[in-house]
Amino acid sequence: MADASAKQVLFEPIFSNNPIALQILGICSALAVTTSVNVTLVMCASVIAVTAFSNLAVSLVRTQIPNSIRIIVQMTIIASLVIVVDQILKAYAYEISKQLSVFVGLIITNCIVMGRAEGFAMKNGPWLSFLDGIGNGMGYSVLLLIVAFCRELLGSGSLMGFSLMPVVNEGGWYVPNGLLLLPPSAFFIIGLIIWGLRAWKPEQVEAPDYKMSRHKTKEAF
Amino acid sequence: MEHYISLLLKAIFVENMALAFFLGMCTFLAISKKIEAAAGLGIAVVVVLTITVPVNNLIYNYVLREGALSWAGLPEVDLSFLGLLTYIGVIAALIQIMEMILDKYIPALYAALGVFLPLITVNCAIMGASLFMVERDYNFGESVVYGFGAGVGWALAILALAGIREKLKYSDVPEGLRGLGITFITVGLMSLGFMSFSGISL
Repeated sequence: MADASAKQVLFEPIFSNNPIALQILGICSALAVTTSVNVTLVMCASVIAVTAFSNLAVSLVRTQIPNSIRIIVQMTIIASLVIVVDQILKAYAYEISKQLSVFVGLIITNCIVMGRAEGFAMKNGPWLSFLDGIGNGMGYSVLLLIVAFCRELLGSGSLMGFSLMPVVNEGGWYVPNGLLLLPPSAFFIIGLIIWGLRAWKPEQVEAPDYKMSRHKTKEAF
Repeated sequence: MEHYISLLLKAIFVENMALAFFLGMCTFLAISKKIEAAAGLGIAVVVVLTITVPVNNLIYNYVLREGALSWAGLPEVDLSFLGLLTYIGVIAALIQIMEMILDKYIPALYAALGVFLPLITVNCAIMGASLFMVERDYNFGESVVYGFGAGVGWALAILALAGIREKLKYSDVPEGLRGLGITFITVGLMSLGFMSFSGISL
């Protein structure tokens, strides 16, 4: 991927190589924050910022890091960036940072950040790495926003806090589906998104572990 | 005593790390194809959580918290913003130390856990438990119980998932859902099952 064009690096991770749907990276801290679009947007912005800047920083120092301690160096860079994001959120968006609770801190252990730092930034120049960070952050955000969109719209009949489908309790017509506000629904939605994505791009389908052999003898009827 | 038992049950079932908070999902989905591997990882998580959460608790209460450094003559210092960096450092260091100790004194266990120990450093369940401990202001005793309970809950969940996936291998899943997709749906159903514990309070 050393000669990949900037555009490819930026857009590839969004659909064809989505970090969540294809590489099972970084779902850990993501799903709990998708009950409303507002909170999700803040989470996505934080993840994009951290991935992009950690990629940039790792790529800048990549020739100076001794190989044996590279993991701990990457970890320190990432943790420092997350602390910055956390402090900014606490200062300027206190309410949302309360709702995100521990999940901002968990960006540190988000495998996307670490995975991109190790897998891409260690081998590529700063500018490409920065774009790759943004691209992967976006891939993560797109999936997260779709989930949040479904959950908030169907679960509480609103988007970003504005009520679109008036709820029965407040004299409207829409009976909200409470299941979508509970944890299990996030799994179902992601499972269905993966199904959709793979129906659209069949080359992503996994090979079966086990296949039944065809009937070789005629059975008696 | 009752308080601790209720905390333990709450950490295992009601607030299950994997199924209610989605923590440690990456390894949860990646290493759950075989029961033996899942069991190894589960035990490693229990051990690591039982050690790291109390240690981070001590560090938070005696070094980082606002006014915690008063024993050193610095009553106004508030280092809690260094929390994230410290916890991850402590976790990484402890895992390294544990690896060396196990290698020297209990080689059988080391052979069983070997591959999984480094993986655990970036497992969000470990970091998450430490952060929850800080957020909920547990004291030392509570943090030991909470760390152990959270680990057992996570191990239970991954064992159950591995069992289901071993059986699922033989079923004819629609093409696009094969592998990752069906695993997500399965975890969703398990999580739905675990929700039934949420009404329990002791």
